[in-house]
Amino acid sequence: MTRRPSRQARAAQWLLLLAVIAAAWFLASMAGANLARRHIPFGFGYLAGKANFDIPFRLISWSVGDTYFRALVICILNTLLVSALGVVTATLLGFLVGVMRLSINWLVRNLALGFIELIRNTPQLVQIIFWYVAVLRTLPGPRQSIMLPGGMLLNIRGLYLPTPVFGSHAAMLCLIALALLLATPLVWRLRLRGMSVGARSLVLPLLGVALAVVSIDHVELPRLQGFNIAGGVQVIPELVALWAGLSIYAAAFIAEIVRAAILSVHKGQREAALSLGLRQRQVLSKIILPQALRVIIPPLTSQYLNIVKSSSLGAAVAYPELFAMFAGTVMQQTDREIETMVILMAIFLSFSLTTSAAMNWYNRYVALRGG
Amino acid sequence: MSGTTAQGIPSRTVRPPTAGPFAPERGGSRLGAVLDWLRRNLFSSWGNTLLTLLVLALAAEVLPPLLRWAITHATFAGTSPAVCRSDGACWTFIRVHLLVFFYGTYPPAERWRVNLAGVLLVAFAIPVLRQTMPHRWVWLLLLLTVFPVVAGVLLVGGVFGLAYVDTSLWAGLMLNVVVSFVTVAGSLPFGVVLALGRRARLPVVRTLSIGYIELWRGVPLLTVLFMSAVMVPLFLPQGASIDRLVRAMAALVLFNAAYMAEVVRGGLQGVPAEQEQAAESLGLSWWQVQAFVVLPQALRISVPAIINTVVDLFKDTTLVLLIGLFDLFGVIDLALKDPAWISYSKEGYLFSAVVFFFCCFAMSAYGRSMERRLARAD
Repeated sequence: MTRRPSRQARAAQWLLLLAVIAAAWFLASMAGANLARRHIPFGFGYLAGKANFDIPFRLISWSVGDTYFRALVICILNTLLVSALGVVTATLLGFLVGVMRLSINWLVRNLALGFIELIRNTPQLVQIIFWYVAVLRTLPGPRQSIMLPGGMLLNIRGLYLPTPVFGSHAAMLCLIALALLLATPLVWRLRLRGMSVGARSLVLPLLGVALAVVSIDHVELPRLQGFNIAGGVQVIPELVALWAGLSIYAAAFIAEIVRAAILSVHKGQREAALSLGLRQRQVLSKIILPQALRVIIPPLTSQYLNIVKSSSLGAAVAYPELFAMFAGTVMQQTDREIETMVILMAIFLSFSLTTSAAMNWYNRYVALRGG
Repeated sequence: MSGTTAQGIPSRTVRPPTAGPFAPERGGSRLGAVLDWLRRNLFSSWGNTLLTLLVLALAAEVLPPLLRWAITHATFAGTSPAVCRSDGACWTFIRVHLLVFFYGTYPPAERWRVNLAGVLLVAFAIPVLRQTMPHRWVWLLLLLTVFPVVAGVLLVGGVFGLAYVDTSLWAGLMLNVVVSFVTVAGSLPFGVVLALGRRARLPVVRTLSIGYIELWRGVPLLTVLFMSAVMVPLFLPQGASIDRLVRAMAALVLFNAAYMAEVVRGGLQGVPAEQEQAAESLGLSWWQVQAFVVLPQALRISVPAIINTVVDLFKDTTLVLLIGLFDLFGVIDLALKDPAWISYSKEGYLFSAVVFFFCCFAMSAYGRSMERRLARAD
């Protein structure tokens, strides 16, 4: 037990608090005076005002003249969209590269090493702008679109994905699918006989996906019509560039996390499992991965948070996410620097805090019950 | 993917070279050893052979056009884009602008001052980085106190007959280096204070430290840089102003101090509690315990992680581009706005990537060597 701080130290900490409060008060009064001189009252009421700009990419409807608040919602959705896409691709790519890094094949191992070193040692901004300007902006026009597997098309206007067209019962079936997905944690807690956590957690999502697939009537493929592409969903090049930049950069870090986690499982564990007569695949899925996963989760969380925070780099390629629109267009139109910055920081902080809370919950779950 | 997973894990025991029917006899030929290496590392099983062929096919597909573009069909000479071929890289763009990329718009007649500051940086840094050097702490102290003053006088000028160079002229790679150095020199001491604060047994100090660290770590760097660019003037008395570069560097220091604090905290947790208790029982004050017993050990453990943070913040200095300061990448981007060179973005971006790669790779390699040294010492 270390000793208790002295009385002077305990008194001095209140002086520190006083100094911090005084500094904050000084800055606030400065800002107040400056704002009064510019005749701008402080407040968030401006969010109800009309916004006279277009948002080139959005998930819900928008027309010029809607409120700033609606613009804020649209931009939050855009940020969440690119972050979610980034998290999924970065995880898949990161695990693949991390496992490749441990391959017994010399070529595969060093290919992964080269990828990791190259990506980790160059700035993310350079990568995003490289994808945008040097790759996507030099693609051919719609008539010479590049065919990708799965009916996808790629050209200078972006990436075109096939879209499912749902049949008549779609709405109901999709609702059931969503309900099943949300109920997954409940099933997780049940101890179904002879099923691992992985299998248990997959039952309901798989059922949900199956329902969603059943409700699809047909798939609409993007195709050339006249001088443009008809059908399918267009993903604008700004989003593709940001998505690629976020996921490839994070994947290199995730790969190293995965590699370190797998190496952290003591080799005696594998040897013991093998000597019990388990097969290679069982050793991997029942012995190594469950233990590695526990080591992976905390650093993986901070990588996911990095993806969300780095999505603000969308400002460099004009993808209309939260930061680009509000620190750019909105701030210029309204002159509300302080309020806008407070909103931006509050939103990013709440993203960070909720993600770490969720991950802490999951981490506790994995740590307590075991794989 | 599942195939790769099963294949990728080093799950099967790699046979030692002396076992098995194809093993070379002791003192066997060189060719035999090579074949043996190939067999073990590339063709040990059907799956492995398939992977090897797959990678080779990929390389055959990608490498020849890449080499043709970057080397055989590329142009290195000349001074205008007219000499460049359409099917090869135009490295002329880099050659023509090279000095601008490094010095930005710093007056050409004064560039020797940048060079001298760079040489001084290396001269001060080498004793700090040499792992066998005696009195490294003294050199570190000199690097953090004397060097910034000398370099500042050299770069800004206005005294001792040196012409004044406004910071708005600072750009290119020198800006990355200046900003990174100031950020490290400022955020490391501040981060140490925050880390100690977070572990302090004084509730107010602890809460303030945690609040500060979590606030900065929860928001993107860009918001902090933007605050420095657009909000700081609002918080200053009328008529007062702070140089834009200074504001950006202050923002980077405040932001990175939170990351440094977490790194140092990791080091502090690695120091056994008995160390602190033993020092206290000898009658040392709290400050003496931290300064002479805990921190030296904690910082030693956290050097590799600190270097990782330095690599990250060096890469992050490119973000100043978005608040109107031109670092290496910003200058390249600016040069690409020239209609004559507009179509050579690939060359420009690749060049900046290569420069950053070498700087960052060198730093991470040093960090890894430190890590190995620490692991051996344990």
